Amino acid sequence: MDFSFTEEQSMLRDTVASYLADNYSFEQRRDALRAEPGWRPAVWKAFAEELGILGAPFSEELGGLGGGSTDNMVIMEELGKSLVVEPYLGTVVIGGGFLKHSGYAGAADMIASIIGGETIIAFAYAEPQARYTWQDLKTTAKKDGAGYVLNGHKAVVIGAPYATHLIVTARTGGGQRDAQGVSVFIVPKSAKGVTTRDYPTVDGFRASEVTFENVALGADALIGSEGAALPLVEKVIDEAIVATCAEACGVFRRLHEGTLEYTKQRKQFGQPISQFQVLQHRMVDMFIQLEQSISMTYMADIKLADSDHERAKGASAAKVQIGKAAKFIGQNAIQLHGGMGMTDEMAIGHYFKRATMIENAFGSTDHHLARYEGLSLGKAA
Amino acid sequence: MNLDFSPEDAAFREEARAFIAQNYPQELRDKQNRGEDLGREDYLSWHRILAKKGWSAPSWPKEFGGTDWTPTQKYIWSEEQARADTIGILPFGVAMLAPVIYTFGTQEQKEKFLPGIRDGQVWWCQGYSEPGAGSDLASLKCKAERVTGDDGKEYYIVNGQKTWTTLGQHADWGFFLVRTDPNSKPQAGISFLLIDMKTPGIEVRRITTLEGGHEVNDVFLDNVKVPVENRVFHENQGWTCAKALLAHERSGIAGVARSKRGLERVREIATTERSDAGGPLLADPFFKRKVAELEIDLTALEFTELRTLAGESSGKGPGTESSILKIKGTEIQQRLHELALEAVGHYGAPYLRDLGHNANIGPDYAEGLAGDYFNGRKTSIYGGSNEIQRNIIAKMVLGL
Repeated sequence: MDFSFTEEQSMLRDTVASYLADNYSFEQRRDALRAEPGWRPAVWKAFAEELGILGAPFSEELGGLGGGSTDNMVIMEELGKSLVVEPYLGTVVIGGGFLKHSGYAGAADMIASIIGGETIIAFAYAEPQARYTWQDLKTTAKKDGAGYVLNGHKAVVIGAPYATHLIVTARTGGGQRDAQGVSVFIVPKSAKGVTTRDYPTVDGFRASEVTFENVALGADALIGSEGAALPLVEKVIDEAIVATCAEACGVFRRLHEGTLEYTKQRKQFGQPISQFQVLQHRMVDMFIQLEQSISMTYMADIKLADSDHERAKGASAAKVQIGKAAKFIGQNAIQLHGGMGMTDEMAIGHYFKRATMIENAFGSTDHHLARYEGLSLGKAA
Repeated sequence: MNLDFSPEDAAFREEARAFIAQNYPQELRDKQNRGEDLGREDYLSWHRILAKKGWSAPSWPKEFGGTDWTPTQKYIWSEEQARADTIGILPFGVAMLAPVIYTFGTQEQKEKFLPGIRDGQVWWCQGYSEPGAGSDLASLKCKAERVTGDDGKEYYIVNGQKTWTTLGQHADWGFFLVRTDPNSKPQAGISFLLIDMKTPGIEVRRITTLEGGHEVNDVFLDNVKVPVENRVFHENQGWTCAKALLAHERSGIAGVARSKRGLERVREIATTERSDAGGPLLADPFFKRKVAELEIDLTALEFTELRTLAGESSGKGPGTESSILKIKGTEIQQRLHELALEAVGHYGAPYLRDLGHNANIGPDYAEGLAGDYFNGRKTSIYGGSNEIQRNIIAKMVLGL
C-alpha cells in the first residue's frame, strides 16, 4: 500500500506550479479570456516544449515521459489551482486515452503530434437530448464504401474552438439508446461539412455547438471497433472524471485557502471575522470536504487500473464526493467573502464558477449516485 | 500510488484470519449472537487469549509488549477482527492509559502497571469528566491535597465526583485527573493519579442510559487516600498526560472496518425487509440512495484513514487528522444506526431488555437496533465532542 508520489511526479508538480506562478496570474488569465482567441497558444507551446508535460502519461516508446493516470492527476490538480483553460483534459487525457486504449493504427503518429503540441483534440460526445447517457446518439455514421458519412449535432463541445481534431461518438447501428452500435471517430475540424458555432462558457472556456453535415470520413477515421465502442467510451470518460476530480481538488484548495485568508483580514465588530466560531466551524467543514475529495480522487485513480466494474464504481463514487464538495466549498467560500464574493474582480468567484461547472461535468452528482447504486447495489436489489 | 498488499501482508492476513477462527471463544460468540449483555469475564476472555499470542497491544513499543506491526498490518488486523465480528479490546488500559505510562511514567510504574494491562488481568476505568467539567475539561474540581500519613509516607487525599465512567462497575483501577493546585490557571494545577478502586471512600453508582443499559457510572470520592507514587508525571502537569491520552483516544475512532461490517448488516436486513412497493427494501429508490451515499462516504473515510496511515509510515506522526477521522467516523456510525432502525420498520419499537433474550418477537436482527441507535448518540459527544474536534482543527490545522 503506497500513497506517495514518485520523485518524477513531485518534480512534475513543481515544474507545472512554478511555470503557472510566473505565467498564469489571475490578471493574465482574465486578459487572455477577454481577448481573442480566448486562450493562449503560447502557453500550450510552453506546455509542449518548455515543460514537456503533454507527453506525461504516454510511454517512452511513443515519445512520452513514461507516466500514467497518476501523472495526469498531478498535472490536473495544478491546472485547477490556476483555473487553466488550455485543453490538457481534452487533448492529453481524453484524446490520448482513446488513442492509447483503442489499438488505433494511426495512434503513434497522432500521439507524437499531441506531445509536440500540434494536435489539439476536443471530445464531441454530448447531444442536446441525451443528458448523461453516452449511448443516446442521434449522430449517425453511415457506411459508404470503405468509409463513413457523418451527420448530427453535438452539444457544448468544450475546447472545440481551439481544436484541430474532434473525437466524435456516433451511431453506426442499433436504436437511438442502444448499447450496441456505438462507434468513435476522429475527425479533422477542417473537414468539409463540419460547422461550429463558438461561444464562451461561464467558467472561462470556449465551446461550440458542432454540426456534421454529410462529412465524408475514410475507414481510418474509426477508433476502436465499429458498433462496439461503448466500453471504450466509458473507460475514457472514467479517466476524464478522475482527471477532473483532481482539477477540482486544486480548485477546492484555492477556494478554501482564499476564504481562510479573507476571513483573517476582514474585520467586523472590532475583530477579524475568522475569530467567530460559527465561521471557524464552517471552514473546518470545508476543509474536511476538501480532504475527503483528495482521498476519493486517489482512490479513483488507483481503481483506474482495476476491473471495468471497480473502475466505474470508483470514478462514480469520487464524482459524487467531488460534486457535493463543489457545492459546499464553493457556496460557503462566497458566503464567507460576503459582498466581495459577489464581485467579478475577486478570484474567488471564478473558482466558484469552475467548481460549479465541474459538478455537472461528465454527469451530475445524481447521475453518478444512480450509476454507483447500479454497480454496488444493483444485484442485491 | 497503489493499494497492493505485499506477499508478507497477504501471509499475515491468512495468519490473523486463522488465529481468530481457531481461538475465538465459542461461548462468547454465542452470547453475542443472542445479543446478551457481556460481563467482566466475557470482555476479558478474548483479551487474555490475544495476550498469550502477544497480540493484545499491537501499538505499544516492542519492549513493553507491542507487535512492531507496520501500519498496513494494523489495518489488516482491524479488518480481520471486524470481519469475524470479534469484540474489541477495551480501550481504557491498552489504548488510553498505557501510552501515558510508557511515555511519562517512572520505571517502577511501567513495571507495575503495563503487564496487567497487556495481559487483561487488571481492568481500568477513566476518571476525567465531572458534572461541571465536560467539554471544558480543564475546569475540573475534584481535589487532591497532599498530606503526610501516620506511616510517615506522602499521600493525596482526594475528594470530588467523576462521571461518565464507562464500565467503571467492573474496574480494578482508575486513572483520574485531579486538581492539586486550586490557585493557578485551570490547565496548570492538574495532576494525573492512578487509584485502586478498592480504596475506602470510593463509590461507583450506576447511570442508566436512555436505551436502558448500564455502561456509564458516577464515581464519588470521599477522602480517598492515594500514595504519591501513584501520580504519573510531575505534580500539576497532568494536563500534558491528558492531552496525549485524548489524541490516542481519537486515533482508532474512525472504526472503518466495523462500519463496513455494519453496512453489510444493513444491506442484509434491507434485502430481507420489504418496501412499500413489495420488493426488497434495498430496491426502494429512497432507501437505496441513502445506502449508496453512506457507502461512498465510508469509502472517503477509509481512504482518508489510509492516507493518514501512509503518512505515519513515512515518518509523520499521528496529526490532527485524527480529529477528521473522529468527526466523520462517528457520523457514519450514527447514520448506520439510523438506517438499520429505519429498515426494520415496526419491529424497531419492542423493548425486550426486561423480557429476556430470545423473546421471539419480530425478526432476530431487529432486536437491539433501537438501543444501538439511542446508545450510539454518545459517539459524537465522547472523546471530545465533534464541536470540540472542529475547534481543534480550526486552531491546529487552519491556524485560526
